[in-house]
Amino acid sequence: MIFFRSQPGLVAYVTCGDPDLATSRAVILSAIDAGADVIELGVPFSDPVADGPVIQRASERALKNGTRLEDVLTLAEGVRNSRPLTNLIIFSYLNPLIRYGLPKFVKRAKEVGVDGVLAVDLIVEEAGEYRLLMEKSHLAPIFLAAPTSTDARLKKVAAASKGFIYAVARTGVTGAKTDVRGDAQQLVKRIKKSSKLPVAVGFGIANAEDFQAVGKYADAAVIGTAIVKIIEEQSAKAASPEAVAAAVGKFIRCVKKTT
Amino acid sequence: MARAKEAKNIPGRFGAYGGRYVPETLMAALEELEAAYAKAKKDKKFQRELAELLANFAGRPTPLFFAERLTKKLGGAKVYLKREDLLHTGAHKINNALGQALLARRMGKKRIIAETGAGQHGVATATVCALFGLECVVYMGAEDMRRQELNVFRMRLLGAEVRGVESGSRTLKDAINEAMRDWVTNVRSTYYLLGSALGAHPYPTMVRDFHRVIGREARAQILKAEGKLPNAVIACVGGGSNAIGIFHEFIRDKKVKLIGVEAGGRSLALGEHAARFSGGSPGVLQGTYSYLLQNESGQVATTHSISAGLDYPSIGPEHAALHDSGRAEYVNASDKETLEALALLSRTEGIIPALESAHAVAEAIKRAPKMKKREIIIINISGRGDKDMGILQENIRA
Ligand SMILES: Cc1ncc(COP(=O)(O)O)c(C=O)c1O
Repeated sequence: MIFFRSQPGLVAYVTCGDPDLATSRAVILSAIDAGADVIELGVPFSDPVADGPVIQRASERALKNGTRLEDVLTLAEGVRNSRPLTNLIIFSYLNPLIRYGLPKFVKRAKEVGVDGVLAVDLIVEEAGEYRLLMEKSHLAPIFLAAPTSTDARLKKVAAASKGFIYAVARTGVTGAKTDVRGDAQQLVKRIKKSSKLPVAVGFGIANAEDFQAVGKYADAAVIGTAIVKIIEEQSAKAASPEAVAAAVGKFIRCVKKTT
Repeated sequence: MARAKEAKNIPGRFGAYGGRYVPETLMAALEELEAAYAKAKKDKKFQRELAELLANFAGRPTPLFFAERLTKKLGGAKVYLKREDLLHTGAHKINNALGQALLARRMGKKRIIAETGAGQHGVATATVCALFGLECVVYMGAEDMRRQELNVFRMRLLGAEVRGVESGSRTLKDAINEAMRDWVTNVRSTYYLLGSALGAHPYPTMVRDFHRVIGREARAQILKAEGKLPNAVIACVGGGSNAIGIFHEFIRDKKVKLIGVEAGGRSLALGEHAARFSGGSPGVLQGTYSYLLQNESGQVATTHSISAGLDYPSIGPEHAALHDSGRAEYVNASDKETLEALALLSRTEGIIPALESAHAVAEAIKRAPKMKKREIIIINISGRGDKDMGILQENIRA
């Protein structure tokens, strides 16, 4: 079961293995302790078409040091053991999951204590087998809803999703600036018409002000690029995993405090 | 992904392959495109307009030429060349660019984006955008901009903006990633004019349909010239558009062998070639499920080919289905064999093919001598070699 303890909830995205797995672990634990309700463990991919330059670079760094899906699952297991109550989501492009083997992936994800999975390039219509497997293992399939999605599509997304619905704040890739009162607010309103699930808004939520604004109309906000950027800047200064983690924790506290 | 049996009759599926693997943001645009294309396909006015442009602007029909001296030299099957190299802009790519640009215009889209590898699709897109007065942005890998420099200049001369892509291996795959990022951002105003039989549904079907004219003409032409069908049709396969275009009309002629030639590169070690059926396995890249060169953790492999147009880790999904069913056969030609084939065709027939097309010639050179004199091969000469003079100067002593 995925739930948001705080209102609005905070979902933190981290590209796992950037710059290494030890740092990812420290950052994730620190994010949880700073009040993140859900952690999205990003699986690095060679061709991240939905991502802007910051997460692209993070993926490249993670792949350069050989991070695999298996490593991300092991990382999830470690986090689960240290923080039993946090919601953990695997956030991935589809191909690494297919290559690992969907049935094997779902089984292993359940074993290590993952709660849900978001496959960025998997739309509801192509997700037949995936949904069956997830359902059997009681994992939450999370799908994206976009400002361009028709109402008919939003209904399908709502019917197929569990845990929460991820509302993409604007057309575009991750990282670019978002007007959180534009497309996103409209979209959340439309989703709420066909679903009782919590809605998390993501893509371009960068600071306390955005977070607060989203919190007025949505159940949660996803912060990705802003966190990945801190990790990038800190590791460029050769900071220790603990120092990187502390910087991320401080940022999250700062984002949450103002609400 | 979906199991082959249940997937068989889903639009956009070729056996188990194809489909739509894109972020949700693009789905409305794909559905809109699918509907617009279905409507245009049935519309006589659209078809008439396209046929007229293909004839008067692009230069169709293209000849089917009997390569007499090459045939003699090889000493086996009669070799015919389907001359797509004679089309305006120098390659088959214009067939698809015209079709999609007409469609974009009907859909009221004023901004066109495209990716390009060898630059031929970029040039074709820049050309049709100039013809229709549309804004044009072309993404091209930095490595491809270097090796196909002449085409970069042509696109700019035609009024297109060429944006270099520095990520990954800086080739076709990376150009498509960047075009997809542009599309996902500007999806409401922008038409993505994809250049091969790749990507999410409806692209593989639509691009194929716009190139079917190649096979339709070739089939009629060979029947007229020889009174019978060919024994083999050979085409190079990058994303697969020229090959599917010439193959399609022959698929039901079970006795006609269909042979696709992939880039064998420097060797068949991962990273050194782009032969998806020699070392690739099913996977999802850039919207479609097909054969993919990837490592054991599902990361897409880098590729190499002397020809930018074949230098791509995945392949159109319909080819994946034709491969698995055995209806088509896929082989590869190395960089070296390709250069030799290019030189041979140039000297025996006075036709300098594109490096991409020379891969198909290389396969014909291997195959024709083993065939009977009354047997017939058609090679699809998908483009001309003008764009390749820089690479050829580096590699061939003329
Ligand atoms: C002349 C020529 N032939 C073939 C290709 C490969 O594309 P496809 O496999 O889609 O025909 C290209 C692509 O750039 C090309 O320029």
